[in-house]
Amino acid sequence: MSANPTPLHLAVALDGTGWHPASWREPVSRPRDLFTAAYWTDLITEAERGLLDLVTLEDGLGPQSSHFLDPDGRTDQVRGRLDAVLIASRVAPLTHHIGLVPTVVATHTEPFHISKAIATLDYVSSGRAGLRVQISARPNEAARFGRRTIERIDRYDTPSVHELFDEAADYVEVVRRLWDSWEDDAEIRDTATGRFIDRDKLHHIHFEGRHFSVKGPSITPRPPQGQPIVSALAHDTVPYRLVARSADIGYVTPHDADEARAVAAVIRAEQRAAGRADEPLHVFGDLVVFLDDDPGAARARRERLDALAGEAYTSDALIFAGSPAELADLLQEFQTAGLTGFRLRPAVAGHDLPAITRGLVPELQRRGVFRRAYEAGTLRGLLGLARPANRYAAA
Amino acid sequence: MTTSSKPLKQIHLAAHFPGVNNTTVWSDPRAGSHIEFSSFAHFARTAERAKFDFLFLAEGLRLREQGGKIYDLDVVGRPDTFTVLTALAAVTDHIGLTGTINSTFNEPYEVARQFAGLDHLSGGRSAWNVVTSWDAFTGENFRRGGFLPQEERYSRAKEFLATVKELLDSWHGDEIVADQATGTFLKDAKAGSFTHTGQHFAIHGQFNVSRPPQGRPVIFQAGDSDEGREFAAAEADAIFSRHGTLEAGRAFYTDVKSRLAKYGRRDDQLLILPAATFALADTDAEAEELAREVRRRQVSGATALRHLEFVWNRDLSAYDPDGPLPDVDPDVSESHIAQGRAQVRMYRDPIATAREWRALAEANNWSIRDLVIHTGNRQNFVGSPETLARTINEYVQSDASDGFILVPHLTPTGLDEFADKVVPLLQEQGVFRTDYEGPTLRDHLGLAHPDAVGER
Repeated sequence: MSANPTPLHLAVALDGTGWHPASWREPVSRPRDLFTAAYWTDLITEAERGLLDLVTLEDGLGPQSSHFLDPDGRTDQVRGRLDAVLIASRVAPLTHHIGLVPTVVATHTEPFHISKAIATLDYVSSGRAGLRVQISARPNEAARFGRRTIERIDRYDTPSVHELFDEAADYVEVVRRLWDSWEDDAEIRDTATGRFIDRDKLHHIHFEGRHFSVKGPSITPRPPQGQPIVSALAHDTVPYRLVARSADIGYVTPHDADEARAVAAVIRAEQRAAGRADEPLHVFGDLVVFLDDDPGAARARRERLDALAGEAYTSDALIFAGSPAELADLLQEFQTAGLTGFRLRPAVAGHDLPAITRGLVPELQRRGVFRRAYEAGTLRGLLGLARPANRYAAA
Repeated sequence: MTTSSKPLKQIHLAAHFPGVNNTTVWSDPRAGSHIEFSSFAHFARTAERAKFDFLFLAEGLRLREQGGKIYDLDVVGRPDTFTVLTALAAVTDHIGLTGTINSTFNEPYEVARQFAGLDHLSGGRSAWNVVTSWDAFTGENFRRGGFLPQEERYSRAKEFLATVKELLDSWHGDEIVADQATGTFLKDAKAGSFTHTGQHFAIHGQFNVSRPPQGRPVIFQAGDSDEGREFAAAEADAIFSRHGTLEAGRAFYTDVKSRLAKYGRRDDQLLILPAATFALADTDAEAEELAREVRRRQVSGATALRHLEFVWNRDLSAYDPDGPLPDVDPDVSESHIAQGRAQVRMYRDPIATAREWRALAEANNWSIRDLVIHTGNRQNFVGSPETLARTINEYVQSDASDGFILVPHLTPTGLDEFADKVVPLLQEQGVFRTDYEGPTLRDHLGLAHPDAVGER
């Protein structure tokens, strides 16, 4: 390690009682509380206690499933969930520093609605909002909306999925334009002329795309961060391109340092191709974590949960089971390979989230690679991102 | 005035966050932000301190325009309804959270998820003011555009509401057992299953939010047309109406309540809650003076001309607001100079309206601004705390309404004085609660939980 190591960023991905499908059966889990405000407030305030940059909140438009595209009809796992934007809004006034990044499904929602929802989340959290944009390639989720059909696919690398990502890129573009559709000083309250706003500082966005068009401006003024954080999970070139073009954070799933290096190189190349080489873009590694001070206990816990689930847990992301010190070693190795931060997925939220905040975080602090206090009031500030100029403001 | 034979009705009171129309006075030095969360939190806490039933948020999905330009004389800008209401659930404990959500530019599955979520996250305090839209102007912000013919807007709204109810009823409330020992999370694999096939929606699958505390949000309806009244009588728990006078209020009340029987509903299953503004001061004379002052602030010369343009459908900027009404007739062609305003559609016969207004102005020697001040007057209650308490009670006891949704003219402190001075008087008279009796909005409104109402 160098004398002045680069700080790393740390996020936690919250999903139900945790990412392991049997996590709800752990005594520490609170499966009956999943639809209450107290449950989510407790988890997110714990993450804030650990000085984490942000939490993401998973979401989906149908019941969770162990199948790739279809519902599984299972009754032995957590099924059902609250809207992620609402959870973030509910917890925002009760927290003060941590970023709140709900998942939004671009395929079936309206960019106009989501733009004002996330702008409002930015207001109610005083500048801590973001979103994680996601596509839905599930035919059954399309059937819940009934206004389009989704072609059945057998893998994510198909033309129809590329189309969904193109649509998501347009969606993010619309959301971002709407955030800029009010200049920061549009509200003038000029009693002399009786004008509340200077309408020359409000802008129609005139977005015309293949999938939808949006006129604008937003009904919600430009949010405190100007542009809340846009993030996306990516596993392949097409989503890497979405990250490189449209996002502030990409979540990626390398399984070793070499893969991390290769993925980071692809994203940086796509970023240059998109003309964004000079703009900060975070690449966070996603890992599922089982954390215990005794590494053997973590591995035993994983085996116990796998046995309860009736099968070994698999994930798109690397599954780590070990001690905070071992995880810190791994994160620093991945960081050297080009990742700027990590989004940890607690296998059991009630166990592994406190293990992150009370075990991993102090370990990283000892190594001088993680903050000892929140150093900024906004999520952009925590991530080292400047408040962007408004694209519509006269230079 | 109170009829002696009848027991005293309990008054329902709610608070409308000052909105984007000229009722809201932004030029007052005390006027705060209409977008910062602290304004909403202050307003909600004041209403809760006063034991109000609920807080009400209006919505608009496109900024108003006049003559092709964004309207700049009133407050512009509002937050997302679901987001701000859910955040308010974190800083309040009892007050109901009512949001206007459009049934035209949303989809039932998403709205059902959002209301179920708001109800869960507020412990049973959600309400939905169902509104419709058909205009292509608003539609230009959405994937579907202005796809809906005007005559279909209520049929979509009805089916939309029915579909949301089906989705919310797809969970009965006892499915999640979450037995950690046996490993049974759901007792029913089909929890949330639904199929809806209709004129506007053909959807199926599984709804993925469990049954919320109230079963479903309290339903408000806000239209005044015959169709709107019928929709309310059939489907709504409360009507947000605009009948300001005692006579008009009673007529509306009688009309709407008389429609309930044919849907198998009782009078107490639909509350009539008109919007009402107020001017409150220590004495009646001071309140009259305050009301005049507020009206002058609400209707500037420029605002008066723009208001006349709704009817005339012409650019009237060359006219003097302190002079006589235009001698030209309204332009009755289709394209409207003002877009995005509900009240534009209130003037369905502009020639007749213009004729009536000219006669009024001539008879009273009114300028354009005087006319707009007088015809647009919605200052329902003016007076001292005693006068306001007495008048509001009189309206309710004589069945002009079941209560009021108060619309203060100041953000966010416009309710403070009412809470401190009028509410205690109503409490002394025994017509308004001194504390909340139950946790949910249905409890505040005296409405049954949907599960307990067999026929619904």
